[in-house]
Amino acid sequence: MEQLIDKLKHEIIGVLNLSEMTPADIDENAPLFIEGLGLDSIDALELIVLLEKNYGLKLGTAEEGKRVLHSVRSMAEFITSNKKG
Amino acid sequence: MASFREGHTGIKEYDDLDLAPAPFWASRVDNEELSGRFTVFGNPAEYTRFEQLVICSVKDALSRCTIDITGKGTLFILSTTKGNIDLLKGNKGDPFEKSRTYLWYTAHLLQRFFNFHTQPLIVSNACISGVLAIIEGARLIRANRVDTVIVTGADLVTEFVLSGFNSFQSLSKGPCRPFDKNRQGLSLGEGAGTVILTGDASLALSNCPVKAGYGCSGNDANHISGPSRTGEGLYLAIKHTLERSTVPVDYISAHGTATPYNDEMESVALNRAGLQEVPVNSFKGYWGHTLGAAGVIESVAGAYSLANNILFHTLGYVEPGVTHPVAIIDGTFAKNLGSCLKIASGFGGCNAALMFHK
Amino acid sequence: MEELYIISDHCIIRNNSVVSGGKKVFEYDRGGEPSFFTALYRHFDLNYPKFFKMDNLCKLGLLASEVLLREKNILRRYPGDQVGLILSNAASSIDTDRNYQISINDRTGYFSSPSVFVYTLANIVIGEISIRQKFLGESTFFIEEKFNPERLYTQVKLILDEGIISCCICGWVELDGDHYEAVLYLVEKSAPLADGIAIFEPEKLHEIFLQRI
Repeated sequence: MEQLIDKLKHEIIGVLNLSEMTPADIDENAPLFIEGLGLDSIDALELIVLLEKNYGLKLGTAEEGKRVLHSVRSMAEFITSNKKG
Repeated sequence: MASFREGHTGIKEYDDLDLAPAPFWASRVDNEELSGRFTVFGNPAEYTRFEQLVICSVKDALSRCTIDITGKGTLFILSTTKGNIDLLKGNKGDPFEKSRTYLWYTAHLLQRFFNFHTQPLIVSNACISGVLAIIEGARLIRANRVDTVIVTGADLVTEFVLSGFNSFQSLSKGPCRPFDKNRQGLSLGEGAGTVILTGDASLALSNCPVKAGYGCSGNDANHISGPSRTGEGLYLAIKHTLERSTVPVDYISAHGTATPYNDEMESVALNRAGLQEVPVNSFKGYWGHTLGAAGVIESVAGAYSLANNILFHTLGYVEPGVTHPVAIIDGTFAKNLGSCLKIASGFGGCNAALMFHK
Repeated sequence: MEELYIISDHCIIRNNSVVSGGKKVFEYDRGGEPSFFTALYRHFDLNYPKFFKMDNLCKLGLLASEVLLREKNILRRYPGDQVGLILSNAASSIDTDRNYQISINDRTGYFSSPSVFVYTLANIVIGEISIRQKFLGESTFFIEEKFNPERLYTQVKLILDEGIISCCICGWVELDGDHYEAVLYLVEKSAPLADGIAIFEPEKLHEIFLQRI
């Protein structure tokens, strides 16, 4: 799980152009939106693309999206519990 | 026009792998019909789809009036977001160079084609381009810088734009439903519209006694793609426009893209401006969101409504779906109208408002 | 009697250098940051993380506006809705358009990026400057084959004449591959007498634009 969290942090920094940040700067338990990293709606869409592109996982509903994208940890947990094979 | 008056939508489902890997809903211009119409003016093999669309639209408008288009007092304004962007892919066998994607190149081509004396002006400002172009044209005439302005707005449905709006998850499955409770997103449309503005009242057509009044734009200064929750930029544009207007607003042609956020924001802005009881519709259920053409095409439709004293049904609307009450027109019927307020919003937090009146 | 307006300041970003009000304020040291824009960002200590999400055209425009407006506190003199932005260029957003097109060319990995797509419109640079500076006024993005001082003058003058805005940031923000240049002017209805202010007229716009740096 910790390896996945670290990998995710790298990917998030890459895909959201957070060039000022390193993985150490991101608290995996902190909210990603509004507080914490303060991501916005475009960032949310990019994270959805990331989940689909890198992990083959699609989010079903907006509610599921909110839960899964809450924090880096919740994203990692979603990936782990839905891993194909 | 007959389809429009009968309340039919031009938005259909297409399965076209050249444009998208999955079926999509949009309103498109038939290629054969377009080249068929264009053949009268030039060789379709030498002009891109976008150029043919613009030329046909200008020619159509010119055929209905007598103005001197080659004179020094005539200006052509092109409103478009992406122009020839479909050339960027560089398909094999495509006879057109990628450099033709530069909008100024397109303007030059049009200048040569029509023999305009003055270099055309190009407005490229997201979905409010069309409204801005008319505002600029009217402004130049009022200031006596030009006598006549031909404003043409045009944009295509392309893989480029379709994939982009798809990535925003803002496309509707099925024809869009402006202001409706169950709206899911927008339908893209392609097309071109032309208005001819003149400072000479004697040239006005008897069936079009419509004048362009003041208009202006305003920025949300909030987010580059999401509209402001307080409708700040749109409210300011409406406020400044109405401050300069000598007549009350009888009817509003909204932007009404049918995305959850846009329509909500418009309802907020209209309430802040005290316009919640003025009949308002969106035309996008008929022909989709035509981007750079929208402001012009919908101004034409608004002017048509004014001239003929008709309010058109907001096609796709069934139940109210915004938190601030607005008077959505949900049927087509006759009404005496003296003025129309056209409003529009776009990416980049931009918003515009423009008054038309008799 | 025609109303006269003032160019109270201007800035130029070109050839890896920055000139503000006629004086060079930055020159790129290639041994430092990998990119000129990042180097400029750091030099002015901007502390604005959103910068890194922007495409190159918006980075250029934002940096130029920062240079033009630093220490001016425009919003102390004008309400936000009285400050306008009139910008133009030749290439529109073609630089980002090309990047976006590449990202969708591969249909097997057909994942278009919303954060790239949103920058495929020239006027987004106006949006980014507006957000940073809290400018809510009249704005338009025009496309011209090359910088057109007469047209820019007319466009800005007429909206100032109409009285909707009292101050306008205007100019040229162009980026096409490796070629970039930004020339911005601060135009006001009136301004306190200071060095370097000039009457707003096409010849002056042109003269400033052509400054060698």
